[in-house]
Amino acid sequence: MVTPLKENELKEHVIISYKPNAKYAYTAGQAQSKYLMGFKEGKIYGRKCNKCGKIYVPPRMYCDECFRPTDEWIEVKDEGIVMTAVASFISWTRERLKEPEIVGVIRLLPSNDRDFVYPGIFHRICTTYEEVKNMNIIGKKVKAIWRSKEERKGSIEDIQCFKVI
Amino acid sequence: MKVNLYLNKRVAIIGAGLTLFRRRLLETPQEIAWEAASKALEEAGLELKDIDCVVIGSAPDAFDGVHLKGEYLSHGSGGIRKPVSRVYVGGATGVMTAIAGWYHVASGLCQKVLAVAEEKMSPARPHPQSVFKYIWDPILEKPLNPNLIWIFAMEMHRYMSKYGIKKEEIALVSVKNKRNALNNPYAQLGANITVDDVLNSEVLVWPVQLLDVSPVSDGGAAIVLASEDVARRYTDTPVWVEGVGWTLDNTEWPARDLSYARYVEFAARMAYKIAGIERPNKEIDVVEPYDPFDYKELHHLEALQLAKRGEAPTLLKEGVFDIDGDIPSSPSGGLLGVGNPIAAAGLMKVISIYWQLKGTAGKMQVKRPVHTGLAQAWGDLMQAGTVIVLRN
Amino acid sequence: MNQIAIIGVGWYGFKPSTPEVSFREMVFEASTRAYQDAGNINPRNYVDSFISCQEDFWEGISISDEFAPDQLGGALRPTMTVAGDSLQGLAHAFMHINSGIADIVAIEAHSKASDILTYSEIVKLSMDPIYVRSINPQNFHFIAGLDAVKFMERKKISREDLAMVVEKNKSSGLSSPRASYASKISAQDVLSKEFIVYPLSELDIAPLVDGAIVIVVSTEEIARKLKKDDYVVVKGISYATDSSNLETSELGKANYMRIASDLAYKMANVTSPRKYFDAVFVDDRYSYKELQHLEGLRISDDPSKDLNEGNFSPQGEIPVNPLGGHLAKGVPLEASGFSLLLDAIDYIKQGKIEKALVGSWRGIPTFSGSVVVVEKP
Repeated sequence: MVTPLKENELKEHVIISYKPNAKYAYTAGQAQSKYLMGFKEGKIYGRKCNKCGKIYVPPRMYCDECFRPTDEWIEVKDEGIVMTAVASFISWTRERLKEPEIVGVIRLLPSNDRDFVYPGIFHRICTTYEEVKNMNIIGKKVKAIWRSKEERKGSIEDIQCFKVI
Repeated sequence: MKVNLYLNKRVAIIGAGLTLFRRRLLETPQEIAWEAASKALEEAGLELKDIDCVVIGSAPDAFDGVHLKGEYLSHGSGGIRKPVSRVYVGGATGVMTAIAGWYHVASGLCQKVLAVAEEKMSPARPHPQSVFKYIWDPILEKPLNPNLIWIFAMEMHRYMSKYGIKKEEIALVSVKNKRNALNNPYAQLGANITVDDVLNSEVLVWPVQLLDVSPVSDGGAAIVLASEDVARRYTDTPVWVEGVGWTLDNTEWPARDLSYARYVEFAARMAYKIAGIERPNKEIDVVEPYDPFDYKELHHLEALQLAKRGEAPTLLKEGVFDIDGDIPSSPSGGLLGVGNPIAAAGLMKVISIYWQLKGTAGKMQVKRPVHTGLAQAWGDLMQAGTVIVLRN
Repeated sequence: MNQIAIIGVGWYGFKPSTPEVSFREMVFEASTRAYQDAGNINPRNYVDSFISCQEDFWEGISISDEFAPDQLGGALRPTMTVAGDSLQGLAHAFMHINSGIADIVAIEAHSKASDILTYSEIVKLSMDPIYVRSINPQNFHFIAGLDAVKFMERKKISREDLAMVVEKNKSSGLSSPRASYASKISAQDVLSKEFIVYPLSELDIAPLVDGAIVIVVSTEEIARKLKKDDYVVVKGISYATDSSNLETSELGKANYMRIASDLAYKMANVTSPRKYFDAVFVDDRYSYKELQHLEGLRISDDPSKDLNEGNFSPQGEIPVNPLGGHLAKGVPLEASGFSLLLDAIDYIKQGKIEKALVGSWRGIPTFSGSVVVVEKP
């Protein structure tokens, strides 16, 4: 039989702590590099597959539907429709947050509300908990709030959040 | 594209074993795997030396804090001086472990296979949640400091908004599963709770509250699979694997609609085709859909074609998925009630159906006679679906 | 059980670093080539299942199979991960086909080792947290050192023998397009190096390499349809683990290779392997491992003698790693088994041999290996 413990019983047993030293330098590659460089200019780039017409944001050098290389870079709008939004009261280490952090998925334009697959971005949304809770935010049109040109680093953080327009 | 088929060999499950699912177990991951494996062998009436091959299932290595976790677990799982390998599809791993066990036998490579799943989530510090930050895209998503619940909350809210579903309706899943878990001797969180308890519990990431979520757990699960002739020699009540299916959707989850789990539908269609099932809602007698979150059970019941899109909450309210309903769902208590040691929880779902079809589910046994059951798991970035159909 | 056919191979990289592409883009390049080689098939219609071989901590991503399907053509299709060496992935493909669930399977493995900044710390993380890691080994090669000393004592292998293996493989690699670390280094050069862990110097240890390999397999019936006779057959395949714990595995002896090869030989009806095979492609990520594995595979009972008589050289009686092995090409993490298999396929297709034996090991601290028997149809 296995032995369940309560938290305070842990100290009655030998516990060996170990902090993994796992460090990486991720290669962004062709598609994500151009995407991130675009943020620096305040632009959102996608890749288009001319066979099926799909625009990939985040961009990819290949079309997963057609299995062929995507054909060209397309600039999409920094505006879109909120598909879903949530309000987080816990941090990534599960500490309680005083003010909720609001994030969601935005279907970027141009795209169609009947699309199951679309150019999309996962980011923060500048809105209130109330708007999330009553679901008013879902379906609203939002626009990216960019950091100032000097602050941009070619990172997803170059966008502060998306805000209702 | 071939999705079957005339399968070459019949394969049966002839034994299963579970450990208690608990928040913190004293035992090492190897010891947890060993307990589950030895119970499964005992139920099958076999010894380790009879086993030809071992399949291991475990989710992220980061939980147990061991890289190459399959190698590490092989010792406790009975994978000593024989073929051992590990399969992996994130949260969907538990059912994939059973599927891999199936094809080890169905291919003719092995006659008797031990399939073991283990997860020890409690060692991670400061909290197991912190491990989940590393499942996100390291360049495009991780910088936002996400936690795991974000993605579920986003999916849940999308599902609610698309079909106009209320939190009260979803909370009924948690109420049902925790109640079912009271009958399960392995369960961590069996309880009689109310919808109000769920709605009043701590808000984690709105719309997800504490009682919408399965807990952090340690635990192990194991099954023994055998070829037809072996199965008939060892048991009078073999339970046959009649259909399997698995699917992985594309990586870019922010670029597809989260309201419907098409990856689970594709996996289910593959399994139904193999099992010759044409009307799943008439032919499936008992189901264990993956329920790490309460809405997920409804989401999956729809993708499994057991309810129309957006209509699972109505059927739930009508009692269709209750233990004495038309299609009892999660009679084990599911992940919400039994606990969620990821890969072990998925295999627990398979074991629950196996015991139901064998008639040895004890207090968990559904009232109506059951002949066809289904277990399903889900995983990755809203991507992976794994489905297995069993018959007695 | 029916034998299966390898109908397409594709690779990209085999360079110390590949900053121009992400690992996913690298796999797309390899898989495009593999599907072209398999008779220009479209994986979206033709391939029934997809297998990716990878490990979370090699990628630096938890649940790394999330990032597997798209670049392989496997999105919304049966795609799964085998967390193991690529030859284990091939064994799973063999089972997919023989169970009747698939006719064509694509298997992918890759290495982006250059993205890993703390490689030795990650290897350490794979050791038992309580018994092994807590003694805080300074250098993960210590397990190889223990194993090598025991093996050398048991089989009367000298330090010079190890140096000869390095010389042979580094120079054999000069005829391979994938061998970034091939060179004309001499055994004497190896002997003059300092030890990392006795008896192994820096040159006895294969370096890491980036690369991606995709292999497409099918039933033989489909292979004939798509490729006439331009394919190779997998006649036998198996894999095994000795024991995962350092203290319960047998040091000095590649039991995993012995168990796996005995099973693979049984499947392929091979009774005397030394006579049967024309060449052997075996894991040599440490120089001594080549010799130890040859013993495990029943290719040589006296590897020192065979080596010194030249029997393992590319022109010898039974060439071993005639395209250089890992010492010349580097270790591409879980693609290691495929990198050896690729050499075997190249050698067969070049008309140099007809029957090859491939044996792969998963490296420190594992006692796991896989064996494949591949032949001309």
